Amino acid sequence: MRHTISILVENEFGVLPRVSGLFSGRGFNIESLSVAPTLDETISRMTIVTYGDDRILEQITKQLNKLVDVIKVIDFTDQPFVEREMAMVKITADMQTRAEILRIVDIFRANVVDVTPRSYSIEVTGAPGKVDAMIELLRPMGLKEIVRSGPIVLGRGPKAWKNED
Amino acid sequence: MKKTGSQILLECLQLEGVETIFGYPGGTVINLYNDLMDTPINHILTRHEQAAVHAADAYARSTGKVGVALATSGPGATNTVTGIATAHMDSTPMVIITGQVPTPLIGNDAFQEADIIGITRPITKHNYLVRDVKDLARIVKQAFHIARTGRPGPVLIDLPKDVQVASTTFSYPDTVEMRGYKPTITPNPRQLDKAVEMILAARKPVLYVGGGATLSDVDKELMALAEAIQAPVTTTLMGMSSFPRRHPLSLGMLGMHGTFYANMAVTNSDLLIALGARFDDRVTGKIATFAPNAKIIHVDVDPTSIKKNVRVDLPVVGVLPKVLPGLLERLQKNAAALERVVAASQPWRDQVDEWKEQHPMAYKNTKTTIKPQYVIEKLCELTADDAIITTEVGQHQMWTAQFYDFSVPRTFITSGGLGTMGFGLPAALGAQVAFTGRQVIDISGDGSFQMNSQELATLVQYRLPVKIVILNNNFLGMVRQWQQLFFDKRYSQTCMELPIDFIKLAQAYGAEGFRATKPEEVEKVLRQGLETPGPVIMEFKVAREENVLPMVPAGAGLNEMVLAS
Repeated sequence: MRHTISILVENEFGVLPRVSGLFSGRGFNIESLSVAPTLDETISRMTIVTYGDDRILEQITKQLNKLVDVIKVIDFTDQPFVEREMAMVKITADMQTRAEILRIVDIFRANVVDVTPRSYSIEVTGAPGKVDAMIELLRPMGLKEIVRSGPIVLGRGPKAWKNED
Repeated sequence: MKKTGSQILLECLQLEGVETIFGYPGGTVINLYNDLMDTPINHILTRHEQAAVHAADAYARSTGKVGVALATSGPGATNTVTGIATAHMDSTPMVIITGQVPTPLIGNDAFQEADIIGITRPITKHNYLVRDVKDLARIVKQAFHIARTGRPGPVLIDLPKDVQVASTTFSYPDTVEMRGYKPTITPNPRQLDKAVEMILAARKPVLYVGGGATLSDVDKELMALAEAIQAPVTTTLMGMSSFPRRHPLSLGMLGMHGTFYANMAVTNSDLLIALGARFDDRVTGKIATFAPNAKIIHVDVDPTSIKKNVRVDLPVVGVLPKVLPGLLERLQKNAAALERVVAASQPWRDQVDEWKEQHPMAYKNTKTTIKPQYVIEKLCELTADDAIITTEVGQHQMWTAQFYDFSVPRTFITSGGLGTMGFGLPAALGAQVAFTGRQVIDISGDGSFQMNSQELATLVQYRLPVKIVILNNNFLGMVRQWQQLFFDKRYSQTCMELPIDFIKLAQAYGAEGFRATKPEEVEKVLRQGLETPGPVIMEFKVAREENVLPMVPAGAGLNEMVLAS
């Protein structure tokens, strides 16, 4: 089962390999990982998408909590959350395809961020499924390059995840 | 007043109560060693950095204090790796300090540079690269705190040469503030209530005691609990010395080379109470048939140990010095119910005694060749109860666990989790430094002994009267046993073909050596060896193809023991 986990960590040198090394050393999967500082700049927030059954997820959560630099682990499986991912796509755009590409961009509320006589660079943001869908539509037109940020998530409702919670 | 980094480190060690450290000098710790001369800290110079870490590990295991080891950068640091991994697997509180090349050179492949932080990340509880001398005192304070609290473990501090030389105003923090490190010490009272309910409902209880009991010195509380509920007690290799082997409730060790009756008791129990143990694969055998009818209570300070390998009915997170008194107090409040339960579980104890009679720990002695088990039994007879026994890893280690009757806590020091050959001799060294007046004996095989035999020099130099028992079968016996049983006796690379004259080796270092080749010489050599002052090797030419039995073959259940060859 797919799980999205947010981890609040000390914003310090060498924390990322502690987390990623834990996953590789114990045979857990990382599907995607994104990390950046939070409102409190001494804390970074990682979002990791992983797969596993309940037993594995329990181990992942416990093992993460055991790391000295990990302040809090939030598994979003059992609570409502908003998930967003950004992708940037470079696509061949010739006379025949330009109009169709722009229609797709419009439908997905994406943006063209760079244009050349032979290509478009497109930025799209949304739930990972939406990003997938747009990429599938663009694929037959000559996709050259895709960069995805990996998802980030935010819990729904007024409660904010900070150090004190 | 300003102090340099190396002065600050040494000052911090003294404030943490460190009296002895084990180490080996080198280019990036030369400042530290220079300042060390001006402190009262006792430094033991081993002949290899791995040995320094094992010695500090055993110093910690025998005393309960935090062990400290010191090594230089690069090869000095990488030589500590096996020692650190050994301590990590067995949860020894330790602080390892390594020198590092100056910070501007880090990452440049400088002379004797190694990324020891990266290398030791998965085998330390935590590690630190000190990049600013102003952080040093706080880091040392945190390192000792992390090493000794919660589930103990090794913490490494990597100290670049320029940070040792840089100076700052020194003040040692009184408290530790780490928002990411708050181990659960006190158990949830509700969980203790439930545990007592389960104990009062059980008719076939077994206590399964691990290294956590040894680390937290709860032998008295453990005895009180066992006697209160009259439950048989089985220990892991790491928990062994926490419950006296000769006690009527003792089942000895469980698992792959455990006793028949311990494994039968676990398999047939209706309540298994795990105390500071982690259900290692050598303990459980096949998970599907492990304690199939038992409810399992798992007490551990480390939540990751719980439900990692086996299902658990009641997790209790906390330290044993809080959990055991909590259980005892609740049981005392239910004295009448407890009395009924103890009476009702009498048939269970009778059944366990029957298993003990059916298949006691035994071996076939002979008059012609020395049986290794016989040497261990005799050694046990001739040593004091508080003698500290260390071992290497292999057959001799299992025979020690099976045939040496431990009765005093922290007297059995062995590499359980990592299974490190070469551990025993430096471990004996470290324990003897801690307890100069007690008997310290390394029980070894001829293979393991040769992995750190250079430490004979350290023993002689510091006049440490460690006695070394070598059970010499000219084989890497445990692997040979597996080859015999599971690989058609194809002894691939397990015969140590070159016979070593261990007596001459001892003499070369200035130690004494005695040898027994016949059973009737065993007692004489042991007495002679134990009575001779200073370090002594006692070599026993033992039956070459003796097997460690009983045995649960890999992948089998605990109830599927091979009892005889």
